[in-house]
Amino acid sequence: MHRNAMRRTFARLGWLLAAVLVLAACGAPTAPAPAAPAQPAAPAEAEAEFVPTRGGGDLLRILYWQAPTILNTHLAVGTKDFDASRLILEPLAAIDADGNLVPLLVEEIPTLENGGVAEDLSSITWKLRRDIKWSDGTDFTAADVVFTYEYCINPATTCVNTATFQGIASIETPDDYTVKIIWENPNANYYKAFTSTNGRILQKAQFADCIGEAASTAEACQAANLAPIGTGPYKVVEFKPGDVVLYEINEFYRDPDKPFFKQVQFKGGGDAPSAARAVLQTGDTDWAWNLQVEASVLTQLAAQGGAGQLVIYNVANVERLLINFTNPDPALGDERAQLSQPHPFLTDHAVRKALALAIDRAAIAEQLYGPAGSPTCYLLWYPPFRSGIDEYFGDDCPQDIAEANRILDEAGWVRGADGVRAKDGVRLSVLFQTSTNTLRQKTQELIKQWWEEIGVETELKNVDAGVFFGSDAGNPDNIGHFFADIQMYTTGAAELNPISHLCQYTSDQASQRENEWRSPNNMRWQNPEFDALCEEALQTTDTNRIFEIAMALDGLIVSDYAMIPLVGRPRVAGASLQLRGYSPSGWDSEMWDVANWYKVD
Amino acid sequence: MGLFILRRLIISVPTLLGISLVIYMVLALAPGDPLAQFAADPSVPVEVRENIRQALGLNDPWYIRYFKWLSALLRGDWGFSFASRVPVLDLIGQRLPQTLQVLGLAYLLSICLAIPIGVLSALRPYSLFDNIATTFAFIGFSLPTFFTGLVLILIFSVNLRWLPFIYDSTLTVNSWETFIRQIRQMIMPITVLALFQTGTLTRFVRASMLDNLPADYVRTARSKGLNERAVVLRHVLRNSLIPVVTLIALGVPTIFTGAIVTEQIFRINGIGELLIRSIQNSDTPVIMAITFIFAVLVVIANLLADVIYGLLDPRIRYS
Repeated sequence: MHRNAMRRTFARLGWLLAAVLVLAACGAPTAPAPAAPAQPAAPAEAEAEFVPTRGGGDLLRILYWQAPTILNTHLAVGTKDFDASRLILEPLAAIDADGNLVPLLVEEIPTLENGGVAEDLSSITWKLRRDIKWSDGTDFTAADVVFTYEYCINPATTCVNTATFQGIASIETPDDYTVKIIWENPNANYYKAFTSTNGRILQKAQFADCIGEAASTAEACQAANLAPIGTGPYKVVEFKPGDVVLYEINEFYRDPDKPFFKQVQFKGGGDAPSAARAVLQTGDTDWAWNLQVEASVLTQLAAQGGAGQLVIYNVANVERLLINFTNPDPALGDERAQLSQPHPFLTDHAVRKALALAIDRAAIAEQLYGPAGSPTCYLLWYPPFRSGIDEYFGDDCPQDIAEANRILDEAGWVRGADGVRAKDGVRLSVLFQTSTNTLRQKTQELIKQWWEEIGVETELKNVDAGVFFGSDAGNPDNIGHFFADIQMYTTGAAELNPISHLCQYTSDQASQRENEWRSPNNMRWQNPEFDALCEEALQTTDTNRIFEIAMALDGLIVSDYAMIPLVGRPRVAGASLQLRGYSPSGWDSEMWDVANWYKVD
Repeated sequence: MGLFILRRLIISVPTLLGISLVIYMVLALAPGDPLAQFAADPSVPVEVRENIRQALGLNDPWYIRYFKWLSALLRGDWGFSFASRVPVLDLIGQRLPQTLQVLGLAYLLSICLAIPIGVLSALRPYSLFDNIATTFAFIGFSLPTFFTGLVLILIFSVNLRWLPFIYDSTLTVNSWETFIRQIRQMIMPITVLALFQTGTLTRFVRASMLDNLPADYVRTARSKGLNERAVVLRHVLRNSLIPVVTLIALGVPTIFTGAIVTEQIFRINGIGELLIRSIQNSDTPVIMAITFIFAVLVVIANLLADVIYGLLDPRIRYS
């Protein structure tokens, strides 16, 4: 693990040295021009007449720096598996960039108005299209949908998407093309099952004997996991797990004019900087995923590349600081970080406020994230909640070291001889942890510098990402244990409705020894007002009220300084200049509309 | 000799058991989670990941997991990869050809280069040729492969656009054109690896030759009136190769595990790449299989080296 981190560091060092060597030798191209991140697919007028046809293009090359290892999405181990399988396996409905549902395998989206959603929210009825065929030519029916549910809810199957099926009492199929989901309790979040990236449908005929342990152990199921039969635009020709997937057109695909490419190659592996180079500069690929590259390198590549452009689209992700409200002192033994042990100084609102005030979010975003980040004061920084940097950043949270110092002075935290503030023998000394990642370590350095300016001693720690985000109970360094004072990472709601995401942080969900540090509120923040709002949100069905509550929840988190949002992180992909037709959505897989993609000369 | 080999084979059983136990313990004690990539993804909550860990048996104590693994192995079952849900041997089998092709070729190439270069350098020490060869040898083994790899990519892929830097493993060689493409994509990784290995081997050959050249038997051979060619090739080189052959034999198992860094840089789906990715993702069955097979190969290579030693040098006898 450590070795890998070191290797990455060395690899970066290598790039740097190599760049210096070669550029010095060849007479370096000078000063990088600022990059203008291109908006996806704005075809020029001359191209407007080009009508893509099925099989009109040759090969689409997609590059992910994490390689897909399995194509059955329900057994996926990462986003790359979700995305690689999206060319094959589809949900009933996708979600577009604006958060609207797009019917794929159904005739229309059920709503309260058209009667698809029951008045009392006890059920939802999906009407399946009758003309959908699997890539083996057989009919797609309601039995496949029900089967997917049965497959997934068996714990021995080890399905990763079970959360979307929670709360389903039963699924009825009055006829072959009707699926009626009956909820245990009235459910306002009625689209959660069988939609978007987590709701893909498996073919019953192919996976019928794969429920339970057989899903991973039976030979036929192992083969099926690597080559599922789907309804999507493409089907697998060849798959080398951990390396590459080769697809060809699914001739039974419902739209006779799509897809455009005869073949698709989905290559994985390597690292983000060289993926960026491949799409922006050398043109070795048509699409590159998640270009997590340092701002300076990325903007330079985008400006000078000439082969591709950046595609930036919004998701809910926010890089944030989380404050520990309990005492992580190892001397407490078993009582460490338990709710019975409040934090010696982070429970003081003044301290938290001062820590937030000391941070220059704009500097972090501009210097480190570049086109891949935007400073934000709120967690809900994206439409429909807030649109534009003036609304989510503006003047709401500027850096103010003087004010931070004043607040601490006023609260009685006095600077000692070593410059560190203390009160009643308690020193303001924090342990600040995050995952190992150059960007995060640089952010840590900046923040440490600002905090020391206000008399807060800061010790930095970084943990390998696999460990930091790992969930095993014996791992004291993960985000669930949070045995530090402050930690930093990115997360965000997976769906447009942020309630279930925000309401992870209610008081009763504090991660504690009793729940093996697995409950999601790892700050152990206790706020009755927040709890009450969440309670209300889970019961209401009024969308306007849900919107208000979401804004209020976000407001409480920010004003109580439970979390300090730093940078809103849109996703950054790279696309060849010839590629058209894409419209990436932050609420679904990046490959959700791959059937529409085409290339011009 | 037969008895010696038998004894060594018997001793290797507890050695291998010990190795597997240590590796398993280290893996089990190191924190990690095959589903860690979903940690920041709210659609796969902690409880779901926890249930999966439970179902995969990851929450059992390490010694129970180890005995399960060992008893399955004794039945010939290497387990399945958590990330791909296929038997690990299938995964390894799928990658072995790429690794053997790239690493094996690089290894062969470096042996073919190192021996003549080393011999020529030793025959005329401190000559122009020797100085150039020595310089290259030092550059070769002092520059790490991640550096030379990236420099080559920068020059030949980015600036000159001559060679691809994304290895296409779906390429099937069935025509002259695809053969050329295969060669083009193998040039850079093979150069990087061969440069490194040639550097080391050349120094060994040269040193070993220089040890033997002033020896008494060489003077005897020369005084018998043998021509220089026969003296060097039949007498000096033969004796000089004894330590070199050992070195080469001991290096053969490393071909199996692949070149972790080089494979990663050029995106070659070899075994080294599989190993490092499995370590990152806590895919225990895959890591165990690769490291254990590697351990077996090392034990065998050591034994082979000893046997070859005995064959090459009549002075060495095992009893």
